[in-house]
Amino acid sequence: MDFLQQHLLNFICYLPLAGALLIIFGINRDNAKAIKTVATVVAGLDFLISIPLWFLYNPAGAEFQFVVQGEWIPKLGVQYFFGVDGFSILLILLTTLLTFISVYSSFTAITQRQKEYYVFLLLLSTGMLGVFMSLDFVLFYVFWEVMLVPMYFLIGMWGGPRKLYAAIKFFLYTLFGSVLMLVGILALYFYNSTGLAAIGLPGLHNPATFAIPELYKIAPHIPPQMQFWVFLAFFIGFAIKVPMFPFHTWLPDAHVEAPTAGSVILAGVLLKMGTYGFVRFSLPLLPDATVKAVPWVAALAIIAIIYGALVAMAQKDMKKLVAYSSVSHMGFIMLGMFALNEAGLRGSILQMINHGVSTGALFLLVGIIYERRHNRMIAEYGGLAKVMPLYAMFFMVLTMSSIGLPTLNGFIGEFTILIGVFRANWTWALFAASGIVLGAGYMLWMYQRVFFGEITNEKNKDLKDLNRREQWTLIPLVIIAFWIGLYPRPFFNRMQPTVDRVLQRVEVALHHPDTAARHGAAITGSAPAEADQGAGE
Amino acid sequence: MSLSQFIPFLPEIFLAVAGFVILLVGVGVGRRGIRALTIAGVFALAGTAVLTWVLGRPAGGPEVILGGMLVLDGFALYFKLLMIAASSITLLMAAGFLERSPYGGGEFVALVLYATLGMMVMASGASLVSLYVGLELMALSQYVLVGYFKLEVKSNEGAVKYFVLGALSSGILLYGISLVYGTLGTLELGGIRDALVTNVSGNPALGLGILLVGFGMLFKVAAVPFHVWTPDAYEGAPTPVTAFISVGPKAAAFAMFLRLFAGAFAPQIQSWRLVMWIAAALTMIYGNVAALTQNNVKRMLAYSSIAHAGYALLGIVAGSAMGTWALLLYMLVYTFMNLGAFGFVILLETRGYAGEQISDYAGLAKRHPAAAAGMLIFMLALAGIPPTAGFMGKLYLFSAAVEAGYIKLAVIAVVMSAVSLYYYLRIVLEMYFRDGEEDVPAPLARDRWLEAMITVCVVATLVIGVWPAPMVGWARNGLIALGVG
Repeated sequence: MDFLQQHLLNFICYLPLAGALLIIFGINRDNAKAIKTVATVVAGLDFLISIPLWFLYNPAGAEFQFVVQGEWIPKLGVQYFFGVDGFSILLILLTTLLTFISVYSSFTAITQRQKEYYVFLLLLSTGMLGVFMSLDFVLFYVFWEVMLVPMYFLIGMWGGPRKLYAAIKFFLYTLFGSVLMLVGILALYFYNSTGLAAIGLPGLHNPATFAIPELYKIAPHIPPQMQFWVFLAFFIGFAIKVPMFPFHTWLPDAHVEAPTAGSVILAGVLLKMGTYGFVRFSLPLLPDATVKAVPWVAALAIIAIIYGALVAMAQKDMKKLVAYSSVSHMGFIMLGMFALNEAGLRGSILQMINHGVSTGALFLLVGIIYERRHNRMIAEYGGLAKVMPLYAMFFMVLTMSSIGLPTLNGFIGEFTILIGVFRANWTWALFAASGIVLGAGYMLWMYQRVFFGEITNEKNKDLKDLNRREQWTLIPLVIIAFWIGLYPRPFFNRMQPTVDRVLQRVEVALHHPDTAARHGAAITGSAPAEADQGAGE
Repeated sequence: MSLSQFIPFLPEIFLAVAGFVILLVGVGVGRRGIRALTIAGVFALAGTAVLTWVLGRPAGGPEVILGGMLVLDGFALYFKLLMIAASSITLLMAAGFLERSPYGGGEFVALVLYATLGMMVMASGASLVSLYVGLELMALSQYVLVGYFKLEVKSNEGAVKYFVLGALSSGILLYGISLVYGTLGTLELGGIRDALVTNVSGNPALGLGILLVGFGMLFKVAAVPFHVWTPDAYEGAPTPVTAFISVGPKAAAFAMFLRLFAGAFAPQIQSWRLVMWIAAALTMIYGNVAALTQNNVKRMLAYSSIAHAGYALLGIVAGSAMGTWALLLYMLVYTFMNLGAFGFVILLETRGYAGEQISDYAGLAKRHPAAAAGMLIFMLALAGIPPTAGFMGKLYLFSAAVEAGYIKLAVIAVVMSAVSLYYYLRIVLEMYFRDGEEDVPAPLARDRWLEAMITVCVVATLVIGVWPAPMVGWARNGLIALGVG
């Protein structure tokens, strides 16, 4: 038992990889049934073994638990270092659950090249889980990029008409952001160890390490100038992933072209990697730059909220509508986070889960109707409630969850965020609240056009309602939506230590804006040199 | 001078004799004997490797032999073994290809062995003269190899361009050497280094000499703006030759580059660093951008290899211990992934020059999933995506650049490697996302040796990507002996 617990994270992370290898080498490509069975069992089992994290995590215990640690890349001090806190446990559970649902929901949607499909889904799962577990910057970066490859294939091989464009756009955008992040990581790393003498940063001469907990310790000593550049490098990487306003253009393309399961994973998990990155790295490692960036990030987040909602309202395609609603919702999460207070951060983290559940489910629902009609245009439908009552009911519940009706999860998340934002700046709260109103507008308007009224389109007369399998892909998500809506406490409890520690680290800079600067100057012994000087002497 | 002085030189002597024997035997054997000759060639290389391993590791640290001409150290050992491996893989990859071609193989094997001999001398040269002789031996063998398909116009064109420009660059290099010799009065690298440490007068002829040697070296590694021969030579050459000249001679040229610029000229780093900085930036930018629009796979890989030379130059610009061993590691990684990619091109090239356009790869994943998966791994590795060796190689190189404070250059490098993903993915896209339009798609060659070699490259690319520790250890051993650690 001890061994199992010690390596629990390894098992969770690599079980899907093992499943993928089993499918590649063990099963003939014509045996679709066996492939589906193995994929479903592996994904389901992975979810089951990730559940103990929820119970075994001790909020009063160490910052990171279930730690697995060892040497990996020599001479650079890169470690194989896994560990989780309450925040990452929530995202890991979300990932394993959505992976299982994605696999389970694809049985009839995917008929071509099924072997590759399930292999890529499982590989994607390993990549995502690794991202949330890694506590070493290089390991994190490796998983962050590894995960791009299967997603690229999922969009490119099983996507819609413009899949090639969408797939390459997704890959290039994200890669572009992440390589800049790598330079930021290296700069931090050398500053911590040998220093960057050539550009006037003598360094702290700590043992060379990429371990996050070690780097947290030096955060107050990083000179503001350097914090600015590293923050910028991280920001580009994470903001593209979130996606924040000017970097969001890959998202509608990727979402619309991706197969249903791809969209679910994309919305449910991949976007959270960006927000996860902010909470895990940018805020606690670069508090000074974070505080200075607040107005800018808040402005971009508010633009995303309003702009995403307005564009969503104008969409004729259901999937595009849900995609743009993601831009708006992710803006909410960013705004709550950069309120830099307890309520804002708590709401932001909870809303990450909520968005994964609600939007993931909405993509599933759109996929279900698309599978029947091969059409996603709102105008094609009308009066669906009559032929598909169950479908209409699920759609209603999840629409309400998405727009934040009390008793459902969205309400708790948005309300907590609004409290935090209001405390930080009431004008932001005003804009954010108008985003909620707009959100209710476009979602309900779509619902009305699709489900109410008479059946106007002959083709919709004989549509079949949800079958047993389809219901079971949605039921877990609906249960979670109600659970969070009625009793969110266990979720808040688990994220609390993370929230406290992040805020504690940020507050150093928030309440004493000059402390960090002075501290940094004292250590470097001179005025901070320009961090981007490069061309040598 | 007693005969025993030549004992440490035995590996090279053995290789030269083996080359002569294979050349003589090869005259009599037609196309049928190619495989036998290849095996003989690989055994000769293996024998050389064993001799190098036994004789090339002097117990008491670096040892200068043959009156200061060559030096035996970890650096030389590392590069020699790398080159022997690259040449062996090339020979095994080429055998089936040559069998299908109308040309014989006797000269081919011998020429590869001579080129290897030249490369080994370059790796262990301790004097400007021996380095130059090694370089010319390698280059002359390459010119002939590029023009090996003597009835093909493309092959001839590539060879002539390569020869004319190569001769010009050798001239520049030689002129630079003469200026360095003229001002410092010594040809030995150690002597030059010592002289430069004390030289503060800054004779302009010396600066010019170092600069010209640098230009010559940039030419040999195909760095911008001295790259113009590369695409034509790579496209025109028979594909196994392209595979060979894109890795072995490039590694040798970088070995010589390091001997000169991380060794002999290191004390004067201020005078040449900016030039190398500009060359590295231009090479990365131009190589990657030009590759974006290529439709011929070999041409695309030619530009890609230009870009990779640019990444490798980061190690020289950094001028640090880490830069040096990162470059050593990168050459190893690059050898496997590039040889693998070219091996795949050979595999598809069953109908003359068909299989060279990117569109020829359409639908390959359906027909040949294993081959397509292999190529996918090489493309991801070349783009530097983990968990492949390409990522590890770049991680160390970029770290070296950041450590030395060249953050702008590192930013150019990472952005350009993101750009490179686009053209590598074009191949992946054809293989996986498109269906072939031809009714009878070009079949893959059935060539066990070639497949085995590609498998070796796949395994190496993945293993180094996941567990780089042993390779890093070897690369660092090479560094310590170079004397910059």
